[in-house]
Amino acid sequence: MFTQVTYRQLERASRLHEGQPLSIAVLGTAATQRIAAALTGALNLRGFDTSCYDAGYNQVDAQILDPSSELYAAAPDHILLFFCIEKLLEDFRMEPLSARTAFADKTAQKIQTYLHLIRNHLNCTVFLCDFPTVNDGVFGDYAYSQPASFPYQVRRLNFLLSEMAAADKALRIVPLSEILAQEGAAARDERLYHAARMAFTDSATALLAQRIANEIAILRGSLRKAVILDLDNTLWGGVIADDGLEGIELGELSDGRAFTALQSWLLELRRRGIILAVCSKNDDANARLPFEKHPDMVLRMEDISVFTANWNDKASNIAAIQQTLNIGFDAMVFLDDNPFEREQVKAVHPTVTVPDLPEDPAERLSYLLSLNLFGTSSYSEEDGQRTAQYIAEAARVEASKTFTDYNAYLESLDMQAECMPFTPYWYERIAELSQRSNQFNLRTLRMTAADVERYAQDENYITRAFTLSDKFGNHGLISVVLLKRQDDGWFIENWFMSCRVLKRGMEQFIINHISDCVDGPLTAEYIPTKKNALVAELYPTLGFEEISRADGAVQYRLPMPYTPIPTLIHVKEPQ
Amino acid sequence: MTRDVVTAKLTEIFRDIFEEDDIVVTDETTAQDIEGWDSLTHLSMISEVESEFKMRFKMKEITAMKNVGEMITIICERAK
Repeated sequence: MFTQVTYRQLERASRLHEGQPLSIAVLGTAATQRIAAALTGALNLRGFDTSCYDAGYNQVDAQILDPSSELYAAAPDHILLFFCIEKLLEDFRMEPLSARTAFADKTAQKIQTYLHLIRNHLNCTVFLCDFPTVNDGVFGDYAYSQPASFPYQVRRLNFLLSEMAAADKALRIVPLSEILAQEGAAARDERLYHAARMAFTDSATALLAQRIANEIAILRGSLRKAVILDLDNTLWGGVIADDGLEGIELGELSDGRAFTALQSWLLELRRRGIILAVCSKNDDANARLPFEKHPDMVLRMEDISVFTANWNDKASNIAAIQQTLNIGFDAMVFLDDNPFEREQVKAVHPTVTVPDLPEDPAERLSYLLSLNLFGTSSYSEEDGQRTAQYIAEAARVEASKTFTDYNAYLESLDMQAECMPFTPYWYERIAELSQRSNQFNLRTLRMTAADVERYAQDENYITRAFTLSDKFGNHGLISVVLLKRQDDGWFIENWFMSCRVLKRGMEQFIINHISDCVDGPLTAEYIPTKKNALVAELYPTLGFEEISRADGAVQYRLPMPYTPIPTLIHVKEPQ
Repeated sequence: MTRDVVTAKLTEIFRDIFEEDDIVVTDETTAQDIEGWDSLTHLSMISEVESEFKMRFKMKEITAMKNVGEMITIICERAK
């Protein structure tokens, strides 16, 4: 699964046509034919049926400035914009000496203008390549201390581009500089540029294409959410049951630093919103001991959402963890030093990501980093609370066992929901939930934060975000509904919900609320995917009538007048 | 390395790049003889040949080679 895919393999894959349709465009100041073919292939390998508009060599100005260009006619979902360093250097050399210290700012401004023009015509995410580190050999190393030098201006430009992306939710920086640095000096072959205006080799092109395809897949919901951890010889050196608290390798002891470094990285992932779970063949008390007592443990019990230490096989335990977390197997990464355990898990759960950890603990972290497993396309500080939310969920499961009547249990939770239109505070969070929700997602239309903002400002849409809290804690944002004006009524354009709050009456609560918001008929649609069978019968359950079906999709209407379904959720005024 | 060995290896590379299993490379083979041999695939093929024989073509050689025979001559000179 992690083998390097060559340019040639990508080019072959570019001729496949199956999967979800996706439209992209490639624009660049160097030859783009190879990049377009490789990106198309890499996306096809990720399950898309990609159509690509390749503008060809140096057509950036023509395509962006001309309102009737092929680019605008192609209306791509994503654009790759690539300015090659060779052309940038030519531009730099044209600048008068006195203007060179402002070169980066001027270039950033020019790129910003391109982006404005694109946005006037298209609603799409732009992937913009940054610039590799190239010393033009004029100032030597002093270049990096001298604002009038090319290397200095390129560094500043890269920083300005990242700042633009931080402020523009539909702009993503592609780290071409990082990819070319990994490939080394050979990645830029001057003969290729002189003979065919190709900015780098086929192998660098293949890496670039796969990195961008990965980002696009993430934008469309394919991201990893949890790491399942083995303990002995994975989180620490040695075996806790044999070596005891004093004997396991952590911190200063023996190879301990390698394990501490791995844990520090995992802790950062946890803070970013990745769920950590433990799956160990151990006695429960033994397994917990280092987390509770070892001074050099970086991870503590409160960092672990699900702790499984028993003697069952790991594949069964991972299935149980998957049930508790309610996320897809393809969103899980399993780390274990033991090849036997890894193979067993791979065989039973082929979609779980199982890296083949190097035997030497000191090589493992850099190996894991090289796999680039934990891409995301949004971040809010709330993400770091996720572990606490899952731990609260475990407390709820425990509490529910003491009730024989489920409704009495729900009532005891004292559930409070907020309902509000999309506001700026929620844009990024709504986009994130849209990308994370696969099971409870009626039409699986992903939204970027830029889309969310647009809907919020469009009078033809009614937007609603829902939060839920109870006596065990706050779930935060758990569901989003987007209603589109259609004929004389409203259509549920988009509805997704976090699976953490299933079986609480939230679906009923939401439909009660929506039926109050609309005038005229309310219609809806279910579009099946590989993952959303959970909600195939949702609308009938909520009282909707089927009106038609085609290609697996089913259209519904809510009969009027509507009688609200009773729930045990109280409305809380938004703060 | 003999011309025969180089020719055999080139045949393999050509079959892979041009996706045609019955290509047989000779000294006289030129771009006209093989479907899909354009300026871009030419560069791919050059890079493939360079990594196979661990040698490097000069800029002028890449653009001016008239047929496969010339390529084989250069490879035989430089291959390690």
